[in-house]
Amino acid sequence: MGNLTRYVITRILLTIPMVFILLSIVFVVLRIMPGDPVSSMLGGHAPESVIEQKKEELGLNRPIAIQYLDYLWQICRLDLGESMVFKQRVTKAIIEKLPATIELTAFGMIITLFLGILMGAYAADKRRSAQDNLIRLYGIVIFCIPVYWLGLMLQLGFGVWLDILPIAGRTGPRVLASTFEKTGFYVLDTILAKDFFALGDVLIHLVLPSFTLGLVLSGIFVRLTRANMLDVLRADYIVAAEARGIQHRKIVYKYALKNAFIPILTMMGLQIALLMAGAILTETTFSWPGMGRLLLERIYLRDYPTLQGVIIVFALIVATVSLIVDIIYAIVDPRVRY
Amino acid sequence: MLYSPAEAMAKAFSRFTGMGKKYGIEWWILVVGAIIVLAIISMALFAGSIAPFNPHNQNTGPQLAPPGGEHLMGTDNLQRDVWSRIVYGSQTILRVAVLAAIISSVFGITLGLISGFSGGFFDRVLSLIMDSVYSFPGLILAIAFAAMLGPGVINVTLAVAVIYIPTYFRLVRGQTLAIKEELYVEAARAIGASGSTILWRYIFPNVIATTVVVFTLNVADAIMIEAALTYLGLGLPPSIVDWGMDLAMGKRFLPSGQWWLITFPGAMISLLALGFTMLGEGFAEILNPRLLER
Repeated sequence: MGNLTRYVITRILLTIPMVFILLSIVFVVLRIMPGDPVSSMLGGHAPESVIEQKKEELGLNRPIAIQYLDYLWQICRLDLGESMVFKQRVTKAIIEKLPATIELTAFGMIITLFLGILMGAYAADKRRSAQDNLIRLYGIVIFCIPVYWLGLMLQLGFGVWLDILPIAGRTGPRVLASTFEKTGFYVLDTILAKDFFALGDVLIHLVLPSFTLGLVLSGIFVRLTRANMLDVLRADYIVAAEARGIQHRKIVYKYALKNAFIPILTMMGLQIALLMAGAILTETTFSWPGMGRLLLERIYLRDYPTLQGVIIVFALIVATVSLIVDIIYAIVDPRVRY
Repeated sequence: MLYSPAEAMAKAFSRFTGMGKKYGIEWWILVVGAIIVLAIISMALFAGSIAPFNPHNQNTGPQLAPPGGEHLMGTDNLQRDVWSRIVYGSQTILRVAVLAAIISSVFGITLGLISGFSGGFFDRVLSLIMDSVYSFPGLILAIAFAAMLGPGVINVTLAVAVIYIPTYFRLVRGQTLAIKEELYVEAARAIGASGSTILWRYIFPNVIATTVVVFTLNVADAIMIEAALTYLGLGLPPSIVDWGMDLAMGKRFLPSGQWWLITFPGAMISLLALGFTMLGEGFAEILNPRLLER
């Protein structure tokens, strides 16, 4: 068995307890904590007998350990139960909304990486100059701007005052919904359907939300890239390259950046949590019909099974992404082994 | 040698700017952060004398008046003065964020110390749990807690506090593991000091210093999480004045161009978070000279 294979298998095995603990935490928060889902769903004035009956129906009167095992078994079968408010499987509701969130986060991530890494590399190259200080200041300030407020301000600027970009939703009214029935990823669907008018419409709706998300997270990547680049730029092989007379720009943006990228990649795995949190808030601001909107809508409706399902899916996404990032890291850098 | 007050002031001032020369931009980051934080804290403390109107007063002037004249930041749809609501809102957000950071640091530091010091099975399990929570999006966890606990200042504080416990735990546990092996701890053990004496008298004082920076940055983050929760309508009942809730209310008037309702509360959230972040960053860089090489 190769070194890499062993690493991958160990890493996958380590993910299992992590997912298990996350699922247990979700269970504890949603089931054991004070706050009774049934009475809050039926409103404060429901008669005792109705509440009892509903509880019995949902299996909430069984011992907590049984409920817990049942909960885990349900997740193993990839079944997240049925909504308490609508006659709808939770899994179905999530599958409908998930592509919107993934599309938003993917575009947000691209913008973050592009802005963050370029600015970080530039700042490291121009260490302790005015440009460097300015970029570092940007890194601190942008990180302190709440993503939802940045979204609102961009809406105000580009949507209301300049009136050049749409401020809500994934498509305009003139685009038919039937175009989007294949994958749910609108960009992909419109390309597959070769409907370029719709594609343009979808992309223009993506501009503000993905920039909002991308800008806020770019601050972290500016700092990360800068710190890593500073280490790399001091390495002997960079000095050697300089001595050989290779173009400075080529050294910085090709040689050094490539080597600084490995630690940045690992950090990307950790940032996925922030990206998800940012996506929830961005979705609220831009009426983006994704997982964040689903989560909040169902909180207001007190639909606990859906609430639970959405949180579980977020937990699984985080665990999977960090697993994938670690594996890529191990492939890229052969020094990473258990 | 006795100094006159003027001389003492001049000396203090030159020392102050001298620090700027010594540490460069980090010092100014620290100073600006401190000024922002102190300004907003005094705003919260003296809200009664700063705010021109009662933040709940629904009859302060015309409806949705733009900034200017009697209303520095305009009025909202219920004829309330936006500036007065900003002033009073600082109390809510500071109270929640600072209290949450205190709660999570107390739990996180204590658990981290005990876990790192005792080691073994307990340490492994607790570390695994903390690492899992740490990897999970904090906001989503806070949303789940806030949704279950229902609205209220205490509840939102708890929801925010929970998500930072692993941050302190991981930091303090790592430090404890390192300090545990130091010679002076071994010496203490050799003279017969008990486990708890070693933990609280020898290890704790050496660990606590590093948490100061984390605490400051934690408050900054807690500010944004608190505002996010209330913006989503989860944290607080409407009777409380809060920047996040004002932002959510103002959002409805965005399409019609009433910019002051969203601009000011959001700018204040950013400014307060920025103040604490700059304070923390400044501390971190000045306390850690290795970083100063950069």
